[in-house]
Amino acid sequence: MQAIKQTKYLKLSGLEPLVLNPQSNFINIGERTNVAGSRKFLRLIKEEKYDEALAIAREQVEGGAQIIDINMDDGMIDGKEAMVRFLHLIMAEPDISRVPIMIDSSKWEIIEAGLQVVQGKCVVNSISLKEGEDVFRHQVKLLKRYGAAVIVMAFDEVGQADNYERRCEIAQRSYNIMVNELGFPSEDIIFDLNIFPVATGMEEHRRNAIDFIEATHWVRCHLTNASVSGGVSNVSFSFRGNNTVREAMHSAFLYHAIQKGMNMGIVNPSMLEVYDDIPKELLEHVEDVILDRRADATERLLDFADSVKGVVKTQVQQLEWREKQLQDRITHSLVKGLDTFIIEDVEEARLLASKPLEVIEVNLMIGMGVVGDLFGEGKMFLPQVVKSARVMKKAVAHLMPFIEAEKDENSRAQGKVLLATVKGDVHDIGKNIVGVVLACNNYEIVDLGVMVPPEKILEEAQKHQVDVIGLSGLITPSLDEMVHVAKEMKRLGFEIPLLIGGATTSRAHTAVKIAEQYDHGVVHVLDASRSVPVVSTLINENTCGEFLKETYGEYDKLRDGYLNRARKKVYLPLEEARANKFKIDWNAENLYKPKKLGVAVMEDLDFNELVPYLDWTPFFQSWELHGKYPAILTDAVVGEQASELFKDATEMLTRILDEKWFTAKAVYGLFAANTKENADDIEVYTDANRTEVLETILTLRQQSKKGAGKPNIALADFVAPKETGLQDYIGGFCVTTGFGVEEIAEKYKEDLDDYNSIMVKALGDRFAEAFAEYLHDKVRKEFWGYASAENLSNEDLIREEYQGIRPAPGYPACPDHTEKRTLWRLLDVEKNIGVTLTESLAMWPTASVSGLYFSHTQSRYFGLGKITKEQVHDFAKRRGFTKEVAERWLQPNLNE
Amino acid sequence: MKSIVEILKERILVLDGAMGTMLQAYHFSEEDFRGAQFKDWPLSVKGNNDMLSITQPDAIKAVHRSYFEAGADIVETNTFSSTTIAMADYEMEDHVYQLNFEAAKIAREVADEFTASQPKKPRFVAGSIGPTNKTGSMSPDVNDPGYRAITFDELRIAYKQQAEALLDGGSDLLLVETVFDTLNAKAALFAIEEVKEERQIEVPVMLSGTITDASGRTLSGQTAEAFLISVSHIPLLSVGLNCALGAEALIPHLKAIASNTTYGVSAHPNAGLPNAFGEYDESPQEMAAQIKEYLDKKLVNIVGGCCGTTPDHIRAIAELVSEFKPRAIAFPHN
Repeated sequence: MQAIKQTKYLKLSGLEPLVLNPQSNFINIGERTNVAGSRKFLRLIKEEKYDEALAIAREQVEGGAQIIDINMDDGMIDGKEAMVRFLHLIMAEPDISRVPIMIDSSKWEIIEAGLQVVQGKCVVNSISLKEGEDVFRHQVKLLKRYGAAVIVMAFDEVGQADNYERRCEIAQRSYNIMVNELGFPSEDIIFDLNIFPVATGMEEHRRNAIDFIEATHWVRCHLTNASVSGGVSNVSFSFRGNNTVREAMHSAFLYHAIQKGMNMGIVNPSMLEVYDDIPKELLEHVEDVILDRRADATERLLDFADSVKGVVKTQVQQLEWREKQLQDRITHSLVKGLDTFIIEDVEEARLLASKPLEVIEVNLMIGMGVVGDLFGEGKMFLPQVVKSARVMKKAVAHLMPFIEAEKDENSRAQGKVLLATVKGDVHDIGKNIVGVVLACNNYEIVDLGVMVPPEKILEEAQKHQVDVIGLSGLITPSLDEMVHVAKEMKRLGFEIPLLIGGATTSRAHTAVKIAEQYDHGVVHVLDASRSVPVVSTLINENTCGEFLKETYGEYDKLRDGYLNRARKKVYLPLEEARANKFKIDWNAENLYKPKKLGVAVMEDLDFNELVPYLDWTPFFQSWELHGKYPAILTDAVVGEQASELFKDATEMLTRILDEKWFTAKAVYGLFAANTKENADDIEVYTDANRTEVLETILTLRQQSKKGAGKPNIALADFVAPKETGLQDYIGGFCVTTGFGVEEIAEKYKEDLDDYNSIMVKALGDRFAEAFAEYLHDKVRKEFWGYASAENLSNEDLIREEYQGIRPAPGYPACPDHTEKRTLWRLLDVEKNIGVTLTESLAMWPTASVSGLYFSHTQSRYFGLGKITKEQVHDFAKRRGFTKEVAERWLQPNLNE
Repeated sequence: MKSIVEILKERILVLDGAMGTMLQAYHFSEEDFRGAQFKDWPLSVKGNNDMLSITQPDAIKAVHRSYFEAGADIVETNTFSSTTIAMADYEMEDHVYQLNFEAAKIAREVADEFTASQPKKPRFVAGSIGPTNKTGSMSPDVNDPGYRAITFDELRIAYKQQAEALLDGGSDLLLVETVFDTLNAKAALFAIEEVKEERQIEVPVMLSGTITDASGRTLSGQTAEAFLISVSHIPLLSVGLNCALGAEALIPHLKAIASNTTYGVSAHPNAGLPNAFGEYDESPQEMAAQIKEYLDKKLVNIVGGCCGTTPDHIRAIAELVSEFKPRAIAFPHN
């Protein structure tokens, strides 16, 4: 075997040094602060929640990442500004900035902006010969001058290297230019030689792993001092869902790759088996594939894989823990969420206890205490906690008759919490999760359900003498409802704290709009995991005052920041914004007449057709597991839990499909339409003659002052204006998969099974989104037919790479919920498919999606942002609202 | 004549001591500072030591001379604050070129006098590039950690101007010193690289950081080794530490640098820590005794003094180093 050539080692620095050496020979890179890899991080950056984004960086460093990768490449954010801002903030956090930064972008200007604000020696990720030698030379020269190490992708003008020869050839060519020609320090070069999946069934993928490993060795033996890196989980992509095999593949791959010189990479530590612990037979099969040792290796591993799917481990563990002490067994059941033995164990405890309540107060609470601690430390995740709660409920249910019989008056929960989704809103997954988590921690929950009017909330709060009120909501009008409840609490002289939660809520909104309305504490709770510490702090008289003081101090800062920020932004008068509209060079060739105009209904769709359209990433988000699917299944922190949750979800999915739990219905319409003279409204005509206006669709226009050449967009810009004389069209739709969801969720709830109750709702939501995607697909290719040649993968669909858009009222391009009323009339939604609107214009059932269709090639999603009162009042006139009513509906978008 | 790079392989070089301490003895008045050129300057300029290179060149020359006489091989130009950024306090941004050029020119003249009389001990001029009074990687506003008072590009442009003028005036090398924020230093190094490329010249560069307190870190939070790694991408004549602490307190940090670099290592500590009156009262003998430990441990290639040091301190150091062999170094760029 040839020897690795190394005379110098890569050195990096944050506040502290990081030096590769023969002892610390593998560097693991944290990649959670990457908008392309983490939806959560993307959302936080989009919403400018930099504090929370910093927390992610901190968690990674605390979790052992030796370098943190930061990536801000996303179409919806100003990547350069976000990169600089985030790095500035990181530099002010010594517990994060102690490690070196990996500045990750496909845009050179972002990389350079990043290099200009970091004092330590960074790694740049990445450059390559993709755009030719001149660009490459220029970049290498500057990197040398800035003092950064760099990941060089095995990528050239022709494409990505996918075999041994190409990997070596591109690496050699890059190295020659860098080291021999430009004097770049060889130890600062890290080659990413592209890890691709094996065992895909494709003949040309057979050598993917071994080619990487051999190329790694070639690089380390021929290109002195250069390092080799890669993303390891790719290699086992074909075995998603079978972690036993994946873990074995990762360790076998790493074992061989590290031996051959791979010294850096992105590896999920929880997805690694110890090489020596891999069962011999499995190892042999896995290595046959990785090392391409036999022609039938893939088939053999596939066959073998089924037999090892998670079996070995659980059997052994099961036997062991049943031998332990009673308390340990109870704790074990609670922590692991196992309900098989809990009744048996609780009964044993009851017979030993002096009274049945003691089993809850002692045995079960000890167990739940462990759960709470682990959750608090981030070692357990939400789905696990909900499972623990299920076990707890079963145990309590078993004990209740005995407790009732003894009638013990002294039992008292830690505190009572009232929870409600506010009037007009029907979304309750988040609220239910908070309820479960609090109940686990021995709080008594008064859950009033959804669409609860303020009078009822306050009446019930008094009746039950609750200690805290928690309000939840998902749609933007709910924000106003929350403000209203706060005002009412003040008027009625309440003195208990008010908690605010839900997807549209934010600390900033709470600080600016709600906290000022009520004097006895309004606290925004970010997610379920925070609810326990917040509630316990608030209920304790000793800690409440201090906590509120601190919180309000932060609110003051936020409020000042918000007000300053609002003042700083410049808004155009509506007329100027309209003059700067998104200009399309209209011509008839780009307009497509739908095959058939009018409204159509689709019923009794086979759910199997929707499965390929499911987007799993938001599903994990609803369980507070953040990361992009499928990468989340192998994520360093949440991978194991995500995989388990995914397994449970897949099982339920099978039942949903086999037992036909839900009904899918859709209505859509395609109409002749043109934009009116005012540039913001779209006239929808009764027929192709365009003589009679059926409905007018109102759109809102971006008003913040843009950089040169950037338009102020409104959706109406994507439909041909009347004055062009061209015939354009628009579409509308509403889909639902919600019929059946509530009933089944309720059934689970009755069985004390919150886990599956939440699961079924989350899946219902996913199906609705999938249905919307499915229908859009049909509309593009068949019904409207403007994109009949399109052929996109599901990933492309999720990335919205198709032509045309389907914006939904209540979302960034069209925050005006009242547009739904127009849509409901246009499509006669209620009559056709039975989906109704609440007074806040939320859809019922919740698992529904509605929106408009635009077909033009240049139409795209955008965010309206803030608008001025001038536009809101103009909108009021067009809509036939009073100014006040319009202001109320558009409150979240008002700039003041 | 041998180059400084060659000489550095043969013996330990001595850098000069403090300029400010020496100038205090002159008790210059506001009028003295102004001289003829700035007699109508709208702001008070007393305390702007750098402008004395223009208005009191003889005094500056005398200080250089006294350090060369004491045995220094290298003197630093009187340009610690001569960037547009630092000169903004006196609104003298437009005079930055002149300040640097004149300072380098007079130091050059004195150095040439000594080299002519002692050809075996050639003397060198190091163009002094201070840290400016702004930080690139820290916010001056505690309530807004994301704010920056200056950008990399602003620093780079200011440093480039200074470096060009220092070289035009006759500096043999450039000394980026008292680095309390590594990002500032990186901007300076970036600027120097640009000058080197544009002029197609090689310029030896010394770089010296500052450990500000007992935490053993720079003001911007880096350990000595992290600092070293962050600036080692540019070929340096030497890298080291100066100011802030006395000689003894620098030892562990100098060790961290010396054992992790193949570049030369420099140290120019203060004469101890300031006393209750802000004066440095460590005697030349006391300081030399501590510096002897640098030499025993083979930690340095260049040694001198910073705040509070005088020609007597430098004389004591120069006598000491002549008895020692230098630390081994390699210059990858040669």
